Amino acid sequence: MTQVDVQETQSPPPAHGHDVERKWIDYFTFCTDHKVIGIQYLVTAFVFYIVGGIFATMMRTELATPDPDFVTPDVYNGLLTLHGTVMLFLWIVPAGAGLANYLIPLMIGARDMAFPRLNAIAFWMIPPSGILLLSSYFFEPPGAGWTSYPPLSLTLGQIGQGIWIMSILIGGTASILGAINFITTILKMRVPSMPIDKMPLFCWSMLATSFLILVSTPVLAGALILLAFDLLAGTNFFNPTGGGNPVVYQHMFWFYSHPAVYIFVLPLFGAISDVIPVHARKPIFGYKAIAYSSLAISFLGLIVWAHHMFTSGTPPWMRMFFMITTMVIAVPTGIKIFGWLATLWRGKIAYTSAMLFAMGFIATFLIGGISGVMLAAVPFDIHVHDTYFVVAHFHYVLFGGAVFGVFMAVYHWFPKMTGRMMNEFWGRVHFLLTFVGMNLTFMPMHELGMRGMNRRIALYDPQFTDLNQLATIGSYILAVSTIPFLINAVWCWAFGEKAPANPWRALTLEWQTTSPPMVENFEELPTLKTGPYDYGLGYIPVVDPPEFSREDPKQVPA
Amino acid sequence: MNIPSSIVTMLAGIVITLISLWYGQNNGLLPIAASEEAVQVDNLFNAMMTISVGLFLLVEGTLIIAAIRFRRRPGDEEDGPHIEGNVPLEILWTAIPAVIVLGISVYSFEVYTEMGGLEPMAPMMQPAKGVEIAYATNAENGMMPLMMGDDELAANVGIGSSPGQGEPDVTVNVMAVQYAFIFTYPNSGVVSGELYVPSGKQVKLNMNAQDVLHAFWLPELRIKQDVIPGSETELAFTPTVEGTYPVICAELCGPYHGAMKTQMVVQSPEDFNAWIQSQVALGNLTDEVVAVAQTDRSDADYLAALAEPLDLQVDHQAIAQLHSDRDLHHHAVPL
Repeated sequence: MTQVDVQETQSPPPAHGHDVERKWIDYFTFCTDHKVIGIQYLVTAFVFYIVGGIFATMMRTELATPDPDFVTPDVYNGLLTLHGTVMLFLWIVPAGAGLANYLIPLMIGARDMAFPRLNAIAFWMIPPSGILLLSSYFFEPPGAGWTSYPPLSLTLGQIGQGIWIMSILIGGTASILGAINFITTILKMRVPSMPIDKMPLFCWSMLATSFLILVSTPVLAGALILLAFDLLAGTNFFNPTGGGNPVVYQHMFWFYSHPAVYIFVLPLFGAISDVIPVHARKPIFGYKAIAYSSLAISFLGLIVWAHHMFTSGTPPWMRMFFMITTMVIAVPTGIKIFGWLATLWRGKIAYTSAMLFAMGFIATFLIGGISGVMLAAVPFDIHVHDTYFVVAHFHYVLFGGAVFGVFMAVYHWFPKMTGRMMNEFWGRVHFLLTFVGMNLTFMPMHELGMRGMNRRIALYDPQFTDLNQLATIGSYILAVSTIPFLINAVWCWAFGEKAPANPWRALTLEWQTTSPPMVENFEELPTLKTGPYDYGLGYIPVVDPPEFSREDPKQVPA
Repeated sequence: MNIPSSIVTMLAGIVITLISLWYGQNNGLLPIAASEEAVQVDNLFNAMMTISVGLFLLVEGTLIIAAIRFRRRPGDEEDGPHIEGNVPLEILWTAIPAVIVLGISVYSFEVYTEMGGLEPMAPMMQPAKGVEIAYATNAENGMMPLMMGDDELAANVGIGSSPGQGEPDVTVNVMAVQYAFIFTYPNSGVVSGELYVPSGKQVKLNMNAQDVLHAFWLPELRIKQDVIPGSETELAFTPTVEGTYPVICAELCGPYHGAMKTQMVVQSPEDFNAWIQSQVALGNLTDEVVAVAQTDRSDADYLAALAEPLDLQVDHQAIAQLHSDRDLHHHAVPL
């Protein structure tokens, strides 16, 4: 289990052993270490999460009353556009990329990613992309929603919309570069003793995610470049006044943006499959089914896009085709949910913060999955399309799935990443506030949408006031819920209890090295002694192997 | 007390089924259904809700029971049992959802067919000959089949004919602009900011947008269709319950998207005809509004027209515009 061989490394070379500790300044440099890049991604993502959250709180404050009294409708549309864009392209995507960067090489026993320099380039595109996008707020915020459908997006001002397009093109490029890197690393850099079917499920889900990114992101880039021509050069690809067709943009946009939902959530499907077995002390139930269902989701995800366009100019046969594909995608998703449940069943569940968020993930994501099947049914979708029902649905998927997943992953891998434990009490407080706030915010939206409240409005019919105020209260609880997390994370990173190498007694390879791992990850490339989820077979992983437990990291054990 | 687990499971199954069936029928989440098709959609929703509640209770219940029953006791460092999977169980939970979604697909398909979604009359989107022509959409573009003077109702079509079959009883042209819908009754030339339709008659809307995408949503009829500049889209329905219902724009169309709504009044055919006559007498006829729609009104004009009845906070510029050159009150702007 542990690397007993470490003993023979008496005086490791400086770039190769225990005695190189990362300085804080390293995290602000063009560093090619995948662990530094992973943390850069994650911290950047959290900064944008707070920014996007502030936008969301402002929107909910506006919606506390039916009249536009907190911000003007123009500003409101800017907020909703920036909230969507920031949360998707600058929070969830970089957070997934950060986890993947940090974990994939460690999980497969590699010393770094396949293309370290490309990796650093991909990360360093994110801050310019984000700063560019936020800067648009000070010129003229793009107000056509994160979908930016023409012709509206062509009429609201060139600067804001142009900046929006540029920002997403940069972010999309980073995403493609990252995907190439993940695929190559996963396929080519596993330790020789790890066949692909002994790979942790997180790697499977990143494989599926990366294929999706590679196939779909270029189409978004194409759509946005054509939109930019319409906007800036006066062409008429999508502009009906010159004979263009705005529906073509919708097809191109959703050809990326529906798979994008899976790009957002698949990495966390992988992460939860790695977290639950550890904290329930039980093998993942149906490894192959869960691994292949990721691939199935990724394939099906490419042929469901027009379900966002059931009320656009879509021919009836197309509505039926996309209804059926969309329905079918519920099957592999169901396989995963049932697999996680069966893993918990008869396990020994520890109520760690990571496990609480994992269970919250299942509980809330389920609701998003159910409302997703309802939305796939064309006759019902025609009623609730572009209403708050849809807003509720995708927040249950993206908040209940992706955001809970990211928090779960942070609580689980924080000790590995920083070498410090997080405070479990405040983790539980964080979970409770998030869970309550989340459901209070988004549950009433289902009913609002069905009763007739359309989305993307700064002013609404007074009959919807009560449920909206409930949602606003929920959003304030959510806003407050991030405070214990932030304080916990920052405080524990600096002063937390020192973490052993393997605090959760896990079996995957990232736990078989120091916390935090040394530069180049392993003293010596590890060999697989167990499968990633072989709990219950009598292996007792050592929490803190003697060769790793050092008070002073500068001292190499004799 | 030892109750065999099979009995507990059976009882749980019965309870879950009963709750699902009850809530599926009594959720009360949807507004009144004002047409036969809306009732069909509601039945579909209720069926899906029944299955959903069952699935929800099953999964959340399992999660909660697992969380309580299989919690780790203090001091227990042992692993759980080594169970890697169970192929029959996995096949079962792949097959059952597959059958369920297939069933919902078939059901949805039937409801959709009933709604007239697959009828040849409803290609849903016909490319117009160009935006200028689309703007001028009116009785002369050849799509209006009825020439019956001021009477908007076609007498030759049987009442209660299923949607999509034959000619509609009433045809209304809809022009969507930021931030209003303008309804034109091509036979009488009546123009209105609110949609008046006779109950029990099939209504067909020919819809065009002047500026950006809009969506025409009738929540009480459960139907919605995007209105696309440069293309004509259609919507056909037969309202059966008299009343006044909201008409809402559901596609983001600009800052005052939320204010883009009006009303649909469903009344008896007699009242409907009386309304048409009254509008003709009042002179709310097509030429004026088409002329207005063709002029290039600025956003501020629209905003001003909308802001006054809504009592919105509008900046001074917009208020200045409000008092400026043009009197907007005869334009039949809704609200």
